[in-house]
Amino acid sequence: MTLPDAVGVVILIALNAYVVFAGADFGGGVWDLLAGGPRRAAQRGLIIEAIGPIWEANHVWLILVIVLLFTCFPPAFAEITTTLHIPLSLMLIGIVLRGSAFTFRTHHGPDDAMALHWGRIFAIASAVTPVFLGMCLGALASGAVPRAGKTGFHDAFVAPWLTPFCFAVGLLALTLFAFLAAVYLTVEARDSALREDFRRRALAAAAAVFVAAAGTLALALAGAPLVGRGLSASAWALPLHVATGLAAVTAIGALWRRHYRVARVAAAGQVSLILWGWALAQHPYVVPPALTIAEAAAPTITLTLVAWALGVGALVLFPSLAYLFRVFKQGADRA
Amino acid sequence: MAMSLAFHIIFAVVGIAMPVLMVLAEWRWRRSGDPIFLELAHRWAKGTAILFAVGAVSGTVLSFELGLLWPRFMAEAGAIIGMPFSLEGFAFFTEAIFLGIYLYGWERISPRAHLAAGVVVALSGALSGIFVVIANAWMNAPTGFDLLNGRLVNIDPIAAMRNPAALTQTLHMTLAAYAATGFAVAGLHALRLLRKPAVAFDRRALALALMVGAPAAVLLPVSGDLSARHVARWQPAKLAAMEGQFRTETGAPLRIGGWPDEATGQTRYALEIPRALSLLAFHDPHAEVKGLDAFPRADWPPVAPVHVSFQVMVGLGSFMALLAIISLVLMVRRRELDAHRWLLRALVAATPMGFICVEAGWTVTEVGRQPWIIQGVLRTADAVTPMPGLVVPFVAFTLLYCALGLIVAWLLHQQVFRSAIPAATDTPRGTVAGRPR
Repeated sequence: MTLPDAVGVVILIALNAYVVFAGADFGGGVWDLLAGGPRRAAQRGLIIEAIGPIWEANHVWLILVIVLLFTCFPPAFAEITTTLHIPLSLMLIGIVLRGSAFTFRTHHGPDDAMALHWGRIFAIASAVTPVFLGMCLGALASGAVPRAGKTGFHDAFVAPWLTPFCFAVGLLALTLFAFLAAVYLTVEARDSALREDFRRRALAAAAAVFVAAAGTLALALAGAPLVGRGLSASAWALPLHVATGLAAVTAIGALWRRHYRVARVAAAGQVSLILWGWALAQHPYVVPPALTIAEAAAPTITLTLVAWALGVGALVLFPSLAYLFRVFKQGADRA
Repeated sequence: MAMSLAFHIIFAVVGIAMPVLMVLAEWRWRRSGDPIFLELAHRWAKGTAILFAVGAVSGTVLSFELGLLWPRFMAEAGAIIGMPFSLEGFAFFTEAIFLGIYLYGWERISPRAHLAAGVVVALSGALSGIFVVIANAWMNAPTGFDLLNGRLVNIDPIAAMRNPAALTQTLHMTLAAYAATGFAVAGLHALRLLRKPAVAFDRRALALALMVGAPAAVLLPVSGDLSARHVARWQPAKLAAMEGQFRTETGAPLRIGGWPDEATGQTRYALEIPRALSLLAFHDPHAEVKGLDAFPRADWPPVAPVHVSFQVMVGLGSFMALLAIISLVLMVRRRELDAHRWLLRALVAATPMGFICVEAGWTVTEVGRQPWIIQGVLRTADAVTPMPGLVVPFVAFTLLYCALGLIVAWLLHQQVFRSAIPAATDTPRGTVAGRPR
């Protein structure tokens, strides 16, 4: 493995962490939006409690992805941000609204009407943002990002991402995040009725994931030929699908039998495998079909320094993260 | 981008300094057991939480906007100045993690661990600000590469981080963060003291805020002098614009106020102090100061905004430094600050000044660098995205930020400054005008 490959893997790990942790925070917003039944307020309360202490730290994974991308693969970053200006901007507006509204709601104290209002904005923004994130990744995977030879506003800035395939990836991201959140919340819930609420939601979300994933795969063959071929024809395709399917079945089975902590691990594994499947199918391209990892890589000196910074940073980061989750997530586990 | 930055810089500044206030208050509470300090720590932590969250998301917007707006700049410069951004990423990560622990961990971890978490937040906050300013300093004084046919080659990211502007700029910006925030908090409590004198809660708050803000405000003119001398050497066109200096001359005067007119090449209505500019910029009253006439017209920054912003920053900054000295003297002599109503009024007047200075100073350094995005290497116009209709995202983000700014200001006002003080902490203890309520 070359140095650019290694840095690419680190970026993917960071993206994986963002999807598995922050993705669930977005999913929490989806369940806030869909909260209902006799325990509506309790559902919302649990979501707020689960997200509150950790969402900002989870959010930083995205910043890390972006910073590493523009440091280590500057031309790729420039291509992506130029072509996907519109969906990225919409995603950013969603991120800003989601985070701000959540904080405003938390700190609103006694004034309930306002808190409800912010809660609504938080929930809607949480549901919309993952769709745009998925659409951006979909556009990247479909090989539509490179600018060369495109003329006209629509061709260059709209057509690359406004496709059925990209929309399917957007929906897939949304359903996956909602699935993750519901599964995690079964572990966090301390009251069994509430746990059942989220168990049912997790099972429903799993069905939605299945539909979205099948749709995405079908559209990929036409919409994203490179990734579609990779996902269907290459040597590793079958084992990957088997592993992903196994994780999915384990997650659903564990939910069914109420082994919530097993379900949590399996769900996170399933989502991660989908992400790595996309990355493997796209390899060796960062921006298919124009820029490979080697072509887009920054000079070796930059990559070497970043690798050092990553090593030292990880020494600070992982113990801190472990501490954070130990302080806030262990109590829920024991209950 | 300018709009996003103008918005984010305020949050960043408060985000750097507010944790210091919060930790100081908690530390004083742990030492003294005085519940007023605990109440202050809680309130300031709340303020930190709101500002950090909005700062975190607006910072994310910025990291994307580097590419959304300046893709050519990032394609050229990413490999060189990505390094401080990567380090900033980790500092920011640490800050976010420990802020979560601090805010939600009052009852979950030991007192010592809690205080330590607060210290980590304050340190990593300052550190992440420093890394970002290092990257900005590189745009002003780019080093660590060779220029070959308009491309940057033989890059050395470490040399880029050690660029000559890095030290002066980070020092100035970090001090400014403490001064602006300290004075803003002090001003709000001074206002409460004017309305309802001798409330112990506000006295403690005022004194703590000034302990953070005042020393920084005193040091800022010194650090500003370092910065200006540095600009004189590295970015003479920027200095000329700052001072409204159109002609190159020896023994140049310092112009206070005035309006530079690019068409006639004169700065009118300014108070001129003979030879003072040469003296300040080069520590030699006879030194030659380059005027804008030394540069091609295409390389001039917009002179009037830079000059006026600079005057505003120096003027308000000097006023704050003076207030800081008076307050510090009174505090050292253990006098109650609120015995002097004129001082309280002056502090109230200074509430927004630090932030105005931050915006003005930022205008000086950014507009003063124009037409370059990387000084002498890449022009801003060449770096901008080919995406048409940029006015749409500009208006959208401007509206979004204005709305957020108003909401945050209102929330802070409601939650941190206006809400009722718990009775237990509201007994006046001072000797001056201490009448029971």
